[in-house]
Amino acid sequence: MQTTIKLIASHAYLMGSEGQNGTQKVLENVLHLANDADPRSLELAGVERIELSFPKFSDGRAYSQAFLLRRRLGFKGEIRATGDVLIDQLVQMQRTGFDSAVLRADQDIAHAQRQFDRFHAFYQGDAVQTAPLFAEKAAA
Amino acid sequence: MYQYTDFDRQFVKQRAAQYRDQLERNLKGQLGDDEFRPLRLQNGWYIQRFAPMLRVAVPYGELSSAQLRVLAKIARDYDRKDENNLDKANPGLSDLNSLPSGVAHLTTRQNVQYNWIPLDKSADVMDLLASVNMHGIQTSGNCIRNITSDERAGIAVDEVADPRPFAEILRQWSTLHPEFAFLPRKFKIAITGAKEDRAATYWHDVGLHVIRNEDGDIGFRVIVGGGMGRTPVIGTVVREFLPWNQILNYLEAVVRVYNRWGRRDNLYKARIKILVKAEGARFTEEVEAEYQQILDVDGAPHTIDQTELDRVSAAFVPPALNCNRKDADAKIAHILRAAAEDDVEFGRWLQQNVAPHKNPDLRAVTLSFKRLGYAPGDATSDQLEGAAALADEFSAGEVRVTHDQNLVLPWVRCDQLPELWRAARKLGFARPNIRLLSDMITCPGGDFCALANARSLPVAQAITERYQDLDELHDLGEIDLHISGCINSCGHHHSGHIGILGVDKDGKEWYQVSLGGSDGSALSGAPVAGKVVGPSFAADEVADVIEAIIDTYRRERQTVQGSNETFIATVRRVGTEPFKLAANSMRTSTGKAVHVTETEAA
Repeated sequence: MQTTIKLIASHAYLMGSEGQNGTQKVLENVLHLANDADPRSLELAGVERIELSFPKFSDGRAYSQAFLLRRRLGFKGEIRATGDVLIDQLVQMQRTGFDSAVLRADQDIAHAQRQFDRFHAFYQGDAVQTAPLFAEKAAA
Repeated sequence: MYQYTDFDRQFVKQRAAQYRDQLERNLKGQLGDDEFRPLRLQNGWYIQRFAPMLRVAVPYGELSSAQLRVLAKIARDYDRKDENNLDKANPGLSDLNSLPSGVAHLTTRQNVQYNWIPLDKSADVMDLLASVNMHGIQTSGNCIRNITSDERAGIAVDEVADPRPFAEILRQWSTLHPEFAFLPRKFKIAITGAKEDRAATYWHDVGLHVIRNEDGDIGFRVIVGGGMGRTPVIGTVVREFLPWNQILNYLEAVVRVYNRWGRRDNLYKARIKILVKAEGARFTEEVEAEYQQILDVDGAPHTIDQTELDRVSAAFVPPALNCNRKDADAKIAHILRAAAEDDVEFGRWLQQNVAPHKNPDLRAVTLSFKRLGYAPGDATSDQLEGAAALADEFSAGEVRVTHDQNLVLPWVRCDQLPELWRAARKLGFARPNIRLLSDMITCPGGDFCALANARSLPVAQAITERYQDLDELHDLGEIDLHISGCINSCGHHHSGHIGILGVDKDGKEWYQVSLGGSDGSALSGAPVAGKVVGPSFAADEVADVIEAIIDTYRRERQTVQGSNETFIATVRRVGTEPFKLAANSMRTSTGKAVHVTETEAA
């Protein structure tokens, strides 16, 4: 599958210089959401980015938060994964609606791309490709 | 059986390639053990006392003979004690030399496990499995696990509809679900289409019953929040009827609420059963509200269309088989007359191991993997190949792994029963003990499992040795004996008529005995956890205790219309007191001391 999620090295995130040349504009209206919060309680008007957190990579609550934001609430801004973000979970993040991810410091971006190349499609629908495979086939 | 499409086949291969990549990064030190752990678990790889354990997924228990042969090859070539470096092993109390290897183990969730495959060979084994569309996807980890079903799915006489097409659709939906790969805890779904519950549905995180409503429409009764472990809970019916085509949308709501609300601070309170209990009606309200949103806002994207159901169902069309029943009856009658003169084994086999079938010309035959000298549910490579040959000759090339750790041949022609019996007997699979005392459910226990507090296999063996006499076993009738080596309850001790639970005190093995549990079958009654009979027993007392309980049953049982009251009926009628008394009188090493703390803990 195509990689659409933007990968950010942790040092760049900490320095606030995310683009290759550090020229990306600084967003004004950024929300940090604790992973036990209900995204449906948020006022989303004007929010440019929502940062969701993975306190541990094995804590999967932010996947549901991202799904609800993107799919249910129709949030059009950026959804960013922060915290214990590892390359082996990037595909899931992209599928549930994240569009950027700040990788944990020790993660090797070189191995990340392979994870996206491996599967060309999945069975179930998600936040991006909303229809499941069987409905896609029926429509084709 | 479901026929894999090119997409399905490719998907399994891609998964095997992904696992190889992860393993290689781990072995090179590029992927830490902690980060690799959930990835290998979600492919079925555990680290145990001596070696990794592999759990192979057998979706709803169905296997082809070709798959059985690959499982045999894995047992022969890879399940090898001698290829493991045992220096770092943590043997506990087990006797390494006596532990079986070169075997596959049939599990209560209809999967297959191996105990001796070295981790550095694991990716090769995944490739081998992928060659016959098999894998270990989501057989472990905090995700939606392999889906189990009725061992007689599609053939049961009491079936409303075949649950297998739904099980397959659920399998596909849950496979690599991006949102639900890191749930608070594991999530197990069981589905049945029959009136008799052979899948312990009320004991699962989600139990599904295919039913028909008053209008004759097919749908599901949805049960949520059952489970065993430290806190046994019977599931709650959250929907009496859900239209069949909405099941994925509805389960998405259930699992999303669980993912958001389930506890993550305490391993023992993380299962959905705790959430359902704690929230009560609020849980169901939230699920229903979420489901409505999926319908109204998301547009119900996972509504199953008729085309998809038809496509999947087409793979489960029964093989066209028939037989001349009159001739078959005559043949069987002849053998029974002859057998009556020497032994009655064939008749007993017909009674215990042969079940009626939706097609009156066919039978479902259980091959018993409960026999002396083998751990319950263990099959050697030769035996797996033998079972594959029986499947090819007598059962349209198909077998089922049962919840009770046996194999079922689902498509046996009635006129071939005598030949099958002889062939199965030669292979040692014809012991007529299905549903009897020696057909016990047993987890691998402390011999292999690093979580276990005590060993299960020696207990199972001691009881099996004691109850070898078929006359006695048949006289005792149907008894569910379930043995778990720890409170995680893989051996389902809670649901046994007799349950045995291994506990640990001062580094020694102790066993709690419980009575009166039920899996929810017609014989056992409404699902319920058994009651502990008293403080735990020492390992060398357990077999005597079981014998004392059995003897009490023999003494207390009544004869109803010429036949014996069953064990479970006797326990329900007279209560546990006489059994407790008998069990506690067997104490030798534990004396008559009462360990109060432990009874309270139960």
